[in-house]
Amino acid sequence: MRVAVIGAGVVGSLIARELCKYDVEVLLIEKNLDVGWGVTKANSAILHAGYDDPVGSVRARFCSVGNAMYTELSRELDFEIKRTGSYVLAFNDEETAVLHKLLVQGEKNGVPNLSIHDRETILSREPRINPEVKMGLWAPTAGITEPWMVAIAAVENALENGLKLFLNEEVVDFEKQGNRIVGVITNKQVHRVDVVINAAGLFADEIAKLAGAEYVPLHPRKGQYILLDKKLGNTVRSVIFPTPTEKSKGILVLPTIDGGLLLGPTAEDLPSDRKNDLTTTNEGIQSVKDFVLKLVPEIDFSLVVKTFAGLRPESPQKDFFIGKSEIVPNFVNAMAMRSPGLTAAPAIAKYIAEEVLQQQMRLNLTTKKGFKPERKGIRKYAELSLEEWQRAVKENPSAGRMICFCNEVTEAEIVEAIRRGARTLDGVKFRTRAMFGRCQGGFCMSKILKILERELKTDASQIVLKSPNSWVVDGKVRE
Amino acid sequence: MKTDVLVIGAGAAGMAAAIAAAKRNLKVVIAERDEITGGILNQCIHNGFGLHYFREELTGPEYAERFREQLSRYTGSIEVLTDCHVLKLDRNKKALLVSPKNVFELEAKVVVYAAGARERPFGSLMIPGDRPSGIFTAGVAQRLMNIDNRKVGRRALIVGSGDIGMIMARRLTLEGIEVVGVVERLPYPGGLLRNVIQCLKDFNIPLYLSSTVVEVKGSERLEEVVVARVDEQFRPIPGTEKSFKVDTLVLSVGLIPQVEMLNGLVTLDKRTRGIACSNTGQSSNEWIFAAGNCTAVFDLVDYVTKEGERAGEYASRYVNGERFSLGVPIVPGENVMLTFPNYYNDVDDLTLYLRCKKPMEKALLKVGGFEKTFEDLIPSEMIVVKIPKQKLSNLDRIEVKLEEV
Repeated sequence: MRVAVIGAGVVGSLIARELCKYDVEVLLIEKNLDVGWGVTKANSAILHAGYDDPVGSVRARFCSVGNAMYTELSRELDFEIKRTGSYVLAFNDEETAVLHKLLVQGEKNGVPNLSIHDRETILSREPRINPEVKMGLWAPTAGITEPWMVAIAAVENALENGLKLFLNEEVVDFEKQGNRIVGVITNKQVHRVDVVINAAGLFADEIAKLAGAEYVPLHPRKGQYILLDKKLGNTVRSVIFPTPTEKSKGILVLPTIDGGLLLGPTAEDLPSDRKNDLTTTNEGIQSVKDFVLKLVPEIDFSLVVKTFAGLRPESPQKDFFIGKSEIVPNFVNAMAMRSPGLTAAPAIAKYIAEEVLQQQMRLNLTTKKGFKPERKGIRKYAELSLEEWQRAVKENPSAGRMICFCNEVTEAEIVEAIRRGARTLDGVKFRTRAMFGRCQGGFCMSKILKILERELKTDASQIVLKSPNSWVVDGKVRE
Repeated sequence: MKTDVLVIGAGAAGMAAAIAAAKRNLKVVIAERDEITGGILNQCIHNGFGLHYFREELTGPEYAERFREQLSRYTGSIEVLTDCHVLKLDRNKKALLVSPKNVFELEAKVVVYAAGARERPFGSLMIPGDRPSGIFTAGVAQRLMNIDNRKVGRRALIVGSGDIGMIMARRLTLEGIEVVGVVERLPYPGGLLRNVIQCLKDFNIPLYLSSTVVEVKGSERLEEVVVARVDEQFRPIPGTEKSFKVDTLVLSVGLIPQVEMLNGLVTLDKRTRGIACSNTGQSSNEWIFAAGNCTAVFDLVDYVTKEGERAGEYASRYVNGERFSLGVPIVPGENVMLTFPNYYNDVDDLTLYLRCKKPMEKALLKVGGFEKTFEDLIPSEMIVVKIPKQKLSNLDRIEVKLEEV
């Protein structure tokens, strides 16, 4: 049996990896040049506790379960998570009332160990927070991760277990017999398939339409962010939320996995024809700045490293749309994965494999013998002990050649990232954190370009930043 | 491993410091993270270097070569480690060095820190729009063109009329890349006047003053840059937008002293954002000396060499048992943006570097009992003045003022 998963974001990647546990042939089809480059690439990177989702919603069903799964998943797949905990802050009685509602909602959703903290407790844990704070909802299970790393790790592990990955390949149509899909037609080829799983992120509604299946209309909700220097990394220890509104969880202040500080996002609803609009705006960035100062009054904006925007898929229902199609019997949706999509993803992957495919669709999936659940991340030499590092350099001198000084990434790590599939500058960046730091590649980009050129046996003019036409350098100055 | 002097960085400042220490018969290790010594000079293939120090005009690589050659004359006392990054320096004067040959600890009696500066990246400017390829800092573009032999694009706009920006405008033009203009936020050029003439006027490259980039467009490679005029507070003026169809944007928007490795070990000066030093090159931590662009961003490499020599000399005297006090603070006063050094002790006369805050036709510099008149001052050109120690005696702080005449 062949199952095609469309979309290699965190949801599609985890579904693909989950399916690799069974004796089926799994295809993962992604239109971008790398995995995790759609919605997954730019979001708040939070493992939400799960108090925010309405009781009875699909989000509530999967969020806290998914959150709990990350402990084991991050160990198996060797990506980083930090259980930082999160605060929702209230600055007046009205907001305090909302906190109590969230607490009750969270408890109904099965979120463990929620509690309301008073001002003194909050300020003792988070001394930089606005001292006008009244109360805070503390959720110890909340955490942070690198969403793209989850996708990369899942796909690497899935490849080890037989996955077939098709990058830079866009689904353009389906071939059907009656109501059933028999072929996935891409811009490159036709894949014969028995089951299709639609995890196409912002474009999942369009994929479902092509398939003739149910869908909810998706529009992009833009989130603009400001990333600050590691010098500000300990501004806060946990994820700091304002009291949420009807529309969103608000603009946050949070630490990043690699020790930086992230501010954002805005929540700007765009029409459905702007699913590629990743532009930042003055107004958006200004609103982030203005808002976060209410949570943390002192932030040195001269230490901004970059501003960027991400898009998340929103639907009128504001809920995930997951399950088997009633019209196309071998088509499954994992759509409208707005927040907390990242958190819920592992639980959704398991649900699709075990309940949707096996129980609802009555597919006979047998467990694959020899499935290897573990994947090792790229070795970070600067984190080794002196003795270990010395040994590593003796074996492989490039483990001692520092390429990215800001984030301490060696040539060996970059070569390994390329060996594992990085083909672009961003591919290296998101796998190693090189070019991610305060100089933004000022010292290392040209060196990484040369390493890519050497390892891929190509010419630098053929190497791109992130997409087929994002060339970096032109021809030679002198032949 | 142990040494008398560890010099971190083998650019102009570090090489000069190492040579100065070797001349005093000390054992020196100089660690350079690039493949060769010379630092940023290696990619500065234009001329204009050495006019002060050598009284002749050299290219960057030629200037570096002179010091590289001197380094090689002291092979007995100077050990040059290239491809070698100093990862950490701790309170016990122990450094962790990383290279393809080895990872090892080195204990030094004194450290001369000469790590230079880094370029302010595009991201920090918070410019609205897309995040395409084709946006380079000037130094990166220069490295790609001059070291890696790569053209960075086909049609370019330069942001920032600092020296590197203007030099890159000329460099791109000479290699057949069309430069449509140089954009400068200030109402006057950010670099040396000679570069305005030699790099822009001579090549008919327009300079757009009081202007800034308000948007970059291009979902893959850069396609368009929107520039607008700014008011006195540098806010874009609506309705003045001008669009440039370019595939390349080169930014020369400032250098930031590299200080992060010394976090917690030394104090910084809030004006220069570099390591605060006295006129001996000594930092607030007595065994750490610093020189060059990691202390303050200098206009000319000749100055950097001088300061490197000075730090090397005093660091050597420190190893030989001399002790220096940091001295009294030097404080920027009226019309003065920044000064270097940041402290003065009377072990010697003071070589003072300063930048004015605004262009001035004529101004009287007052430092303690010293006065001197200067003409045609602009912030982008550093004033350098030697002040005898007699003029600075019995002060508990030294205020540096420029009175408009």
